[in-house]
Amino acid sequence: MTAAETPVRRWLRATGAVFMKDWRSELRTRYAISALVMFVITTISIILFALGGEGASPEVLSGMLWVVIFFAAMSGLARTFVMEEERGTAMMLQLTAAPSAVFAGKLLFNLVLGAGLTVLTVVLYLFFISGFTVQTYSIFLATITLGSIGLAAASTIIAAIIARANTKGTLYPVLSFPILLPLLMTVISATRLAADGMPFSEAFGEFQILISYIVVVVTTSILLFEYIWKD
Amino acid sequence: MTLRISLGVLLTLVIVAAIGFPISASPRHWYEFPLIPGLEEKARLIFFHVPTAWLSVMAFFTSMVYGILYLRRRDPMDDISSSVAAGLGFLFCILATITGAIWAKFNWGSFWNWDPRETSIFVLLLIYGAYFSLRSAVDVEEKRATLSSVYSIIAAVTVPFFIFIMPRIMTGLHPGAKGDPDGAGPVIDFKMSPNMRVVFFASLIGFTGLFVWMFRLRVRTARLEYFEHAKG
Repeated sequence: MTAAETPVRRWLRATGAVFMKDWRSELRTRYAISALVMFVITTISIILFALGGEGASPEVLSGMLWVVIFFAAMSGLARTFVMEEERGTAMMLQLTAAPSAVFAGKLLFNLVLGAGLTVLTVVLYLFFISGFTVQTYSIFLATITLGSIGLAAASTIIAAIIARANTKGTLYPVLSFPILLPLLMTVISATRLAADGMPFSEAFGEFQILISYIVVVVTTSILLFEYIWKD
Repeated sequence: MTLRISLGVLLTLVIVAAIGFPISASPRHWYEFPLIPGLEEKARLIFFHVPTAWLSVMAFFTSMVYGILYLRRRDPMDDISSSVAAGLGFLFCILATITGAIWAKFNWGSFWNWDPRETSIFVLLLIYGAYFSLRSAVDVEEKRATLSSVYSIIAAVTVPFFIFIMPRIMTGLHPGAKGDPDGAGPVIDFKMSPNMRVVFFASLIGFTGLFVWMFRLRVRTARLEYFEHAKG
């Protein structure tokens, strides 16, 4: 470390370090990744069994896609904070890095995990569920991208909250659902537009809501994280 | 004391007027409400349903404001006020949901239709539920206060999407939604006659006073419980 290092650079380095720490420890245990992959496969096969060869309308199927993504996110994205509490490493992290850097690193990790999860779900979904076809790929891609960013952003701050509570597992979906509902309803309606083959301009309103949602959630998370994190 | 008595008088007058005043097709007297086609006698609900919904939203923001104050000052009394406001908000939210659902049964044909307005009150209910489950899941007092304050703030910044924006931009059955033949916007602006407006605003003021009274009472008892608990 040199004395000339600016605060911004130091912050960026801390953020990167937190991210890399989580990434390496994830690659060692593969806890979240395997949980997510298995969850997505299980849920999609349940949907296939439930449909039993019957076709469902694209409207229903575009809603179902986000049901899978939401619950998969609920099973894996809390890990990054819960892990710190379980291993008793939270205190160490508090001492070594600024709260905002910890949050940014964890958010980055969840963004990567969330993006991977969404891509996996979408690929499997498009492959196995024959009734679901996307007509307007531009809307679909934008929805998937914004949706997984928003999902990761809201899940990260809720994960930070529940990591401090006693009943971590059950509380997570309960707390996340109301916060995520504006996002979920918007992405579901945008996915429907994509499945119906609407032109890109038709989904502008949805994208505006999604972008403002992401901005609002990330900003408040950064402002409030310090209070949750510090003992 | 004066607050309680004047509230009692005001709300009695409101209830008598809202239930008792006749509705006629061509109002001649000051006490007759005009007939609104499609709503008829069911229009009276607005005097009770809207104030309860208004209170549940106001309580929600009161809870958030005390949450912010707690994070700034770390005063346990702020946390008490925050949770008391949330409790009252939950109560009024349930009342608004039930009165709305009964009205919807007679006006729209079923108790629940997932109209944007119904979705928004449902989300408010969920948030209150989540808030209390979070509170019950944390044992340490300070931690519980901090976490629930943070949660109520996060909820308060995302929920306006629902309560204020969505019902207005989405087509729905609820009066004042987009697609309403009389136009979107607050119902009071275009559907109410002057005498209805007087009763409506009196009811709104009365319910707000009711909230203030209940809030102060509950805060006082909750503080006593807190000190009792702290003593032994």
